[in-house]
Amino acid sequence: MVEKTPLLDFFTYTFLILGIFIVGFPIIYSLIAATLPLEDVSRVPMPLIPGDQFFVNIKEAWTRGNLGNQILNSFIMASGITAGKIAVSMIGAFSIVYFDYKFRVVAFASVFCTLMLPVEVRILPTYEMAANVLAPLQALWDLLHLDGLASWVSGHDIVVSLNWSLLDSYTGLVLPLIASATCTFLFRQFFLTVPEELCEAAKLDGASPMMFFRKILFPLSKTNIAALVVIEFVYGYNQYLWPLLVTTNPKMTTAVIGLQNLIPQADDLPEWNIALAAAILVMLPPVLVVLFMQRWFVKGLIEKEK
Amino acid sequence: MIKRSFFTSKYLPYLLILPQMVVTLTFFYWPAVKGLIQSFLLSDPFGRKSTFVWFYNYIELFTDPLYLKSIFITCTFSMLVAFVSISLGLFIATMANRALKATALIRTLLIWPYAVAPAISGIMWLFLLHPSYGVVALGIKRWMGIDWNPVLYGNDAMVMIVMASAWKQISYNFVFFMAGLQAVPKSLIEAAAIDGASPLKRFWFITFPLLSPTFFFLTVMNIIYSFFETFGIIHTVTQGGPGGSTNILVYKVYQDGFVGLNLGSSAAQSVVLMTLIIVITFLQFRFVEKKVQYGG
Repeated sequence: MVEKTPLLDFFTYTFLILGIFIVGFPIIYSLIAATLPLEDVSRVPMPLIPGDQFFVNIKEAWTRGNLGNQILNSFIMASGITAGKIAVSMIGAFSIVYFDYKFRVVAFASVFCTLMLPVEVRILPTYEMAANVLAPLQALWDLLHLDGLASWVSGHDIVVSLNWSLLDSYTGLVLPLIASATCTFLFRQFFLTVPEELCEAAKLDGASPMMFFRKILFPLSKTNIAALVVIEFVYGYNQYLWPLLVTTNPKMTTAVIGLQNLIPQADDLPEWNIALAAAILVMLPPVLVVLFMQRWFVKGLIEKEK
Repeated sequence: MIKRSFFTSKYLPYLLILPQMVVTLTFFYWPAVKGLIQSFLLSDPFGRKSTFVWFYNYIELFTDPLYLKSIFITCTFSMLVAFVSISLGLFIATMANRALKATALIRTLLIWPYAVAPAISGIMWLFLLHPSYGVVALGIKRWMGIDWNPVLYGNDAMVMIVMASAWKQISYNFVFFMAGLQAVPKSLIEAAAIDGASPLKRFWFITFPLLSPTFFFLTVMNIIYSFFETFGIIHTVTQGGPGGSTNILVYKVYQDGFVGLNLGSSAAQSVVLMTLIIVITFLQFRFVEKKVQYGG
């Protein structure tokens, strides 16, 4: 501090505690509600002393909401998106930065433009796409009238319909969310700051491109990867719209979406304790990731948006 | 840009970029183009027949009072969310930046709500503001004398989703404001202090102008957030109701496309949103250039 201002310092800490309280209040309150039996949680106002029903509520929520299965699904989706995004964008950036080829600028530009297209603005066509990933090939096939050609060649009537649906599958949950312009961009920026000498030395020593990538670039990128892991895991786990569309089978539902079924409606018993116990449980994995990897998280968040 | 020293290989670079290109083409460009085409077509609900109708879908859209209302709702909603979450984030970050004790703990306590999914934030606020069981709702009813009921009244429902959306975003804004505040040169603050500027004046005339790039950036990000990512909140908490009072654009695309099966209209709405995002992104890039000139 520049000067001693006891009064201002007092206000600083008061407001800070108030701020932390505002930020923490919904969660603390939900946590208390999750420990209460039904008759307490439906009293107005609810008692603020935690009850002893926490594990009972958790257990009830676990079986009623089929949370084990759903959290597993969320976990698989989040991990898939994280790993896929990082792998795909890292080798993509490597190709763009360390190679010279005709297609390079076009490739970078076309990836870069996708910054502007979040899933939310193209839900319906992307859904149709997921329902049959081979649709573009089919369109090409039809365009070239290959049916006729194939029939002519083989002498039989052949109608080819290509169909591969991603609905209700982990692939469908993960694959469309894997392409990420931001990650590619981040790795590109980072690779550009890697000293030229490293690559020259590697080439002089006769290292192949992939050897250079594995032995030099990958170890150097570790902090960036750690930062992205946190960001992308949280992003993947908390996805809502896309899993809502591609999954219709309750066995494939993700945890964040499944929670909706536990919210008491007007005519139900007001079992908020169950709903909130489930909510606490479901939010735990990404919260833990952020808490334990806070340093990487802050770094990732700020670097990613640069 | 490319490295001064690079590798040459006939097939390797193509192989490396291939996964990214395949995913981008199949899940970004193909759907985007298809959506664009579909927005000029009128199809029957079973998707069997479609006729080319020029701008019919768009004209229908912009003469539809429900859509215009949805635009209005989305704008109000996003401005409220941006205002509430940015001002709270800035306020808390300024305080946290002044604090000298327990800084790591303070940061941790303020950062972790970022990891909470929007939908879960929605559920918690639904409980807090529930007309019969919510404690905050009780406070509003008792102390403000308002007949609070977000299940019945549109304005109350709007307040509820604004709170749920803004709360979740405070941590995000906090992180960026903290980074911005720490980048403010200490020497400037000290010089101003020697010249006799009070802490409030120092904040207003030095810190705040230096934070303006962060401020602009966060405004853009918060608006994008409230346009798109709040879908989970709307879907779990209000489902666009009561009476369409929280039916933001993204939710309407989903409802018209997947529930109403009005493909042409849904596609046209997607195109409108796409255009919007492109405009916002361009704005943001102009700002990024500006930030580079700032040298920070």
